[in-house]
Amino acid sequence: MKFTLSWLKEHLETSATLDEVLVALTDIGLEVEGVENPAEKLAGFKVARVLSAAPHPQADKLQVLSVDAGDGPLQVVCGAPNARAGLVGVFGLPGATVPANGMVLRVAAIRGVESNGMMCSTRELELGEDHEGIIELPADAPVGTAFADYAQLDDPVIDVSITPNRQDCMGVRGIARDLAAKGLGRLRALEDIVAMLPAIAPHGAGPDVRTEDPEGCPAFYAQAVRGVTNGPAPEWLQRRLKAIGQKPISALVDITNFVMIGLGRPRHVYDMARLKGGLVARKAKAGEEVLALNGKTYTLAPGMTVIADAEQVHDIGGIMGGEHSGAQDGTSDVLIECAYFTPESIARTGQALGLTSDARQRFERGVDPAFLDEGLSIATRLVLALCGGTPSEVTRAGSPPDAPRSIERYRPDMVEGLAGVSVAPERQKAILAALGFTVSGEGDWSIGVPSWRRDVHGTADIVEEVVRIEGLDKVPSVPLPRAPGVARPTATPLQLMERRLRRAAAARGLNEAINWSFISEAEAAPFGGGDWTLANPISEDMKVMRPTLLAGLLSAARRNADRGATSIRLFELGRRYHRAADGSSSEHPTLGLVMAGEKRPRGWQGGKAQAFDAFDAKAEVAALLAAAGAPVAKLQMMGEAGAAYHPGQSGTLRLGPKTVLAAYGVLHPRLAKAFDLDGTVIAAEIYLDAIPLPKKSGFMRPPFAPPALQAVTRDFAFLVPQALEADALVRAVRGADKTAIVDARLFDLFAGPGVPEGQKSLAVEVTLQPGEKSFTEEALKAIADKVVAAAGKLGAQLRG
Amino acid sequence: MTEITSLKDGLVADIESTDTLDALEALRVGALGKSGVVTGLLKTLGAMTPEERQAKGPAIHELRESVTAAITARKAALETAALDARLAAERLDMTLPAEVAPQGSVHPVSQVMDELAEIFADLGFSVATGPEIEDDWRNFSALNIPETHPARAMHDTFYFGDNYQVDGKAMLLRTHTSPVQIRTMVSEAPPIRIIAPGRVYRSDSDATHTPMFHQVEGLVIDKGITLGHLKWTLETFLKAYFEREDMVLRLRPSYFPFTEPSVEVDVGFTWVNGQRVMGGSGDAENGGWMELLGSGMVHPAVIRNCGLDPDEWQGFAFGVGVDRLAMLKYGMNDLRAFFDGDLRWLRHYGFSALDVPTLSGGVGA
Repeated sequence: MKFTLSWLKEHLETSATLDEVLVALTDIGLEVEGVENPAEKLAGFKVARVLSAAPHPQADKLQVLSVDAGDGPLQVVCGAPNARAGLVGVFGLPGATVPANGMVLRVAAIRGVESNGMMCSTRELELGEDHEGIIELPADAPVGTAFADYAQLDDPVIDVSITPNRQDCMGVRGIARDLAAKGLGRLRALEDIVAMLPAIAPHGAGPDVRTEDPEGCPAFYAQAVRGVTNGPAPEWLQRRLKAIGQKPISALVDITNFVMIGLGRPRHVYDMARLKGGLVARKAKAGEEVLALNGKTYTLAPGMTVIADAEQVHDIGGIMGGEHSGAQDGTSDVLIECAYFTPESIARTGQALGLTSDARQRFERGVDPAFLDEGLSIATRLVLALCGGTPSEVTRAGSPPDAPRSIERYRPDMVEGLAGVSVAPERQKAILAALGFTVSGEGDWSIGVPSWRRDVHGTADIVEEVVRIEGLDKVPSVPLPRAPGVARPTATPLQLMERRLRRAAAARGLNEAINWSFISEAEAAPFGGGDWTLANPISEDMKVMRPTLLAGLLSAARRNADRGATSIRLFELGRRYHRAADGSSSEHPTLGLVMAGEKRPRGWQGGKAQAFDAFDAKAEVAALLAAAGAPVAKLQMMGEAGAAYHPGQSGTLRLGPKTVLAAYGVLHPRLAKAFDLDGTVIAAEIYLDAIPLPKKSGFMRPPFAPPALQAVTRDFAFLVPQALEADALVRAVRGADKTAIVDARLFDLFAGPGVPEGQKSLAVEVTLQPGEKSFTEEALKAIADKVVAAAGKLGAQLRG
Repeated sequence: MTEITSLKDGLVADIESTDTLDALEALRVGALGKSGVVTGLLKTLGAMTPEERQAKGPAIHELRESVTAAITARKAALETAALDARLAAERLDMTLPAEVAPQGSVHPVSQVMDELAEIFADLGFSVATGPEIEDDWRNFSALNIPETHPARAMHDTFYFGDNYQVDGKAMLLRTHTSPVQIRTMVSEAPPIRIIAPGRVYRSDSDATHTPMFHQVEGLVIDKGITLGHLKWTLETFLKAYFEREDMVLRLRPSYFPFTEPSVEVDVGFTWVNGQRVMGGSGDAENGGWMELLGSGMVHPAVIRNCGLDPDEWQGFAFGVGVDRLAMLKYGMNDLRAFFDGDLRWLRHYGFSALDVPTLSGGVGA
């Protein structure tokens, strides 16, 4: 919220400097967002008189002026059509910076004639939109005076950010009250400030208003003023509004803005000539429409509170008035509304219509319910002062919620108990009194809450008020109690697994990316679609909660490829989002990886660049699962990696037939194409929540007991049917003698000359571990027979 | 006698002048082989009388030893020469490039989260998590943000449609990590000390906002906890995180519906070569204040909403952007790049797998 220092000083009697005010504002929670003195940017601009004007010898549209800015005549070239002898305007001296465009004025020749400065338009000084000609000041404006001083613009504009709980500070007066409590001065009595306004001598009955919606609009007060003259507001009022960025419209409208910003009290003024019958606050009917003051038409829904006459809606209650009955130049009879709208109702309506306004901001935060009569009377008196007219009586329909609230059982030591800082009870009383609270009782206090402090409900709020004004800088730093000794470990097994996986992946040459949790529907489709679709996505590309990490990684891979990356190794550790049976979110921690481009670049040793293949995916998955602590030896390799993968070059690793720990392989070429990726793309996902968490059983390892005798190896080469999976053969071989055979490893695969059609040759190295005695030839023969027999069950024949 | 001496001299000279191992072997066979000349002399010893043997024996044995020694020495010399020759032939251009293993990296956000976990573990905090798809009770209502509260409008919330409701509650993407406070207080008995890092979402996208970002929440619920403890905790954390002792905090009154009193925390920084460096007082000549954390004492209503008695338990909570913390410490200036997956950026700002934050080594890398 913006206000000027002079506006503040109207309510706060203070000798504080601007800097002191700014520091205090931030200290008490009214954060200063900015401060600007319009006079600063107008340095070097003076009131000046045009002494003479003659045509420019070289240009039809230019004139050569002689200008007096207090130091004698200066020659100035000017293109403004209204430039003429005798005009008093604003002159920019060489060295001054034009606010609107940042141009520094210099002595320069314009079409061959020297020009010593510039006569300025309203727009050039950022004081308005007018650029038709140069500014024309009254003829008696003192030549040579700094324009900022003459125009009374030497008044700093302060912009504070008001937190949503502080509606009372959405008026200058509330800010002044807070500053007074902080010790920056004295809050002037409101009666004194408005004392110069004419008193109200009512004639005739109040206007016909009523409320049929006591829930949304419990109180609707109104007063008519007949015979007003609307027109531009006086200079002081326009200046004040302009200074804070409000556009002056007409005296009647400006008065409402003045009261809203000065006192935090929004209201609306109706042109009575435009009304048909009395005004009623009621719920809107389905489909009713209103053309609001912002020029947009809103379709209302039942439940929204509106102000309407017999024919149409004139006001979206407490949010925005209607175009039809707003005060205009010719308005002569006005109805001044001062109503109380229920904050919750305003919030709902405002959200539903997507309509924000200064009034909504204040009503939805809750205006002071005890400030209806006084607020109305100040507005009426302002109308009388600025527009004349005859006031009516006040009509009071309904009544505002006015239950005085108090907080019981407050103890002054609560400040120390909650905030850790000790504030003497007397000081606390003084702070609370300055903020408008009343304190009674000894020991336990009973604290009366002022009507404008809707945000204060309990003892913690009182503590906040005291500490806020006393100063948070007084809060000492107090160490948290700490358990003796070295800090205990806190990470959970899953957290440890994530950390190990992440660093293992990075150690293996993969780069960790973080991708959006939401993807497009098209990206989700090949992965079975998303379970969660956003109702209000930021774009179609970010609409569905991802069922896979691969989509994001593939998009990232493509972006890298587009940037010329030749070798792409990316991974991400994040969640996949599904829905549980009860509809709640089921979020699965997952590691996804994508590799594309060159596995190894061309080189003097390896020759051509080498692409990734399916076994690179398998190698990553196996290594990462081992790092995660998965029981790698117990895992089964199976198919069914899903539609995202090449059907013949992919697989899953499972613990038992159902628990899939990882899926991996070559990405389906169709999908690679959809993501615009060339060549073989490798992908894999590891499902962290499927990996059994390691059981913690102490740190002790089993004793080290190396076998006494050295292991021996024997090689077996088999001819097997082409379709037989290598893993089946190796498993069969390994299982042939569970005591002697400790390992079996495939070391050769061959098909071609010498191997019959439809078959392939697989060679397995078997490691045999003798027990207490070395193997005899007979024993070795017996084991070999078992190996051959076991392989034979799969259709494997020992090669001769 | 002279015959043996001259024989020896001749043999040794021959041996020393051989230049191949084969020739040396031929000499060895000629001298020491079964029918070698030295072997022949040795055989004559058997037929001699003891006197003759005593007279001639030493010379013959000395002949054998000398020849053997000469052969051994020559063999070693020839082998060395051969090896040297082979090695000379095996010379490689060692300036040729060796194969470079691909370099992986850890994302700065992950690294900073690990740093946070390490620092807060020392203060007795564990790491808590919760779902990112939340219901509006945990994200708003339980946190004292009723439906019509203006604060709800401040959070630009991503909602799932009406058909996603669970138990009549609207489902949404959490706008902050604060629902984890609720989950923790509901499920765990105090005292509680947690941090909750994770993804959060707001429907906001411009130069400095991304629709997804990371926050870390801190929560302490205990007896007798005050704003003073909050101040110390944040000071201590920031000193450890930035590894600087001159961190200066400025507490400002603010407003969050779920804390009372609410405190915004500014941290002092110093301008150094046109860059903001955290540390030093913001009021110093070269300094400024940066709004960094939101915090406060947990609102009694929130404690009550979680089934705890606010007269017995109280505590503080704070929240801070993880991406922001990373930027301030490591100097990135564009938030959007965090989520772009640009390998060049990841390698530039990422961390080695071995940069595991430790207290003894300093958490920063």
